[in-house]
Amino acid sequence: MNNVAIVDYGLCNLDSVRRAVEECGANPTVTADPADLRVADRVILPGVGSFDVAMEHLRSSGMADELDQQVRGEQIPFLGICLGMQLMMNVGTEGGETKGLGWVSGTVELLVPTDDDPRVPHVGWNDVEPTTAGSELFDGIDHGSDFYFVHSYCVRCDEPSEVAALTPYTGGFASAVRSGSAYGVQFHPEKSQTVGFALLRNFLEI
Amino acid sequence: MLKTRIIPTLLYRDFGLVKGVGFDSRRAVGGAMQAIKVYNMRSVDELVFLDVTATLQGRGPDVDLIDELADDCFMPLTVGGGVRTVEHVRQLLRAGADKVALGTAIIEEPDLIEQAASKFGSQCVVAVLDVCRVDGQPRISIRSGSTPTELEPAELATRVQESGAGEILLQSVERDGSMDGYDIETIRLVAEAVSIPVIASGGAGSGAHMQAAVEAGASAVSAASIFHYTEQTPLEVKRELASAGVPVRL
Repeated sequence: MNNVAIVDYGLCNLDSVRRAVEECGANPTVTADPADLRVADRVILPGVGSFDVAMEHLRSSGMADELDQQVRGEQIPFLGICLGMQLMMNVGTEGGETKGLGWVSGTVELLVPTDDDPRVPHVGWNDVEPTTAGSELFDGIDHGSDFYFVHSYCVRCDEPSEVAALTPYTGGFASAVRSGSAYGVQFHPEKSQTVGFALLRNFLEI
Repeated sequence: MLKTRIIPTLLYRDFGLVKGVGFDSRRAVGGAMQAIKVYNMRSVDELVFLDVTATLQGRGPDVDLIDELADDCFMPLTVGGGVRTVEHVRQLLRAGADKVALGTAIIEEPDLIEQAASKFGSQCVVAVLDVCRVDGQPRISIRSGSTPTELEPAELATRVQESGAGEILLQSVERDGSMDGYDIETIRLVAEAVSIPVIASGGAGSGAHMQAAVEAGASAVSAASIFHYTEQTPLEVKRELASAGVPVRL
C-alpha cells in the first residue's frame, strides 16, 4: 500500500488533500507527529496560512528536522502544495523575512500586478506549462492545462533548472519546482479536478 | 491566461438549499449534498456556499455540515454565513473550505479581516458586500440584506482591501433571483476602487449578463437561479461566453 503522510501544522485544508489522495488510490495519514514520516512512502505538505506562522509550527514541532531527514536524506518523494511549496524555498517574506526549509534556491515574494494582470491575489484557473524538470510530475498532462490557483505570493527561483513549470501571470512565475525527490506546486491539484488528479497519481507513482 | 470563473452559488437555509428572491423569500431547491455532487460531475470552476440564516438566527457556521459536504467537493469551495471569529475561519478551512466569506462581521467585527488574513493569508479571506439601492444610490446592507447602512460600496471595498481581504463577493440585494442582469454600475465602481478580484453576484439570467459584468471589471461571475431553475448549465454559458471572446475554462 502506498502510505502517504500528510503533514498537519494546524492551519490547512487537510481534508480536501486527504480525500483527493484517497480517491487516487493511496492510503493517506494526516499527522502532526514527526515519527510518522519515518514509516511513510511519500510526504505531502499542504498549505493555507502565512509563511512565518507555518515555519514556526514546523520548527517547534520537530517536523522541519524530520522532513529534512526523510526528504533530503532518505530522498522519499515529497509534494508541497501552495504554501507547502513556498516553504521549500530559502527565504519567505510574508510576515517578515523568515528562513524556509531551504531545499530550493530562491525566495518567496508578493505578486506584483501588471497592466495585463492587474488583480492580486491570483485566483482562478490558469495555464501551467511544464519544463523538463516537471516531465515526470506532468506526465500525460497537456502543456498549458488549467489548474486552480489561489495565492498572493509566489516563488522566485535562483536556479532555472529547479523550475518544473511556469504560469504566465503578472509577467510569469514558477508554478512548480523540483529539487531531487522534492516537488512543489503553487496551484491546488486537489481542487483541479481531472488534471489535478492526474498529477497526484503521477506523484504517487514517482 | 487567467480564466473568468463561472461560479454557481448555493444558498443554504436550515436543512435545504433555497433560491433567493430579493433576499427574503427563499424557496427550497433540494439537498445540498445532491447539488454538490451534480456540480462536481460538471467540473464547475468554483462553488460558493452561503448559509443565509446563520447571522439572522445568531448562529455560527455549521462546521459539521461543511465537513460532510467538502468530502465530496473536489472543486474550489468558498463558505460563508455566520462567520464572526478567527476560530470560525480556522474551523471552516480545516473542514475543507478553500476560502471563507465574511459579511455582516466586516461591519460588526472590524478587526476580523485583518486577524484572519494575517493568520491564514489574504487569499482565503473573501469580503461579502451586499448592496441595496437607497433612493437610487448603492449602499451597503448587512444581516443578509435586511439592514441598510449609510456606507458606499466603493468606500467599504477599499477599506476591506486595506484590511487584507483577498477577494470581494459583490451581491445585489434587489437583483438577487431576478435574472434581470447584474448591477453593472456598482460592479464598475467597486472593480475600479480595488485591485483584488471582484465576483459579481445577483441578477444573472444569461451569458450576455455575465459578459457585461466581466466588461465592467468582474473577475468572476456568480449565479444561482439560472443554473437551478433553467435548462442552462455552466458549460453552456461558458461556451456562449467563449464565443463572445471571454476567456473561460472549457
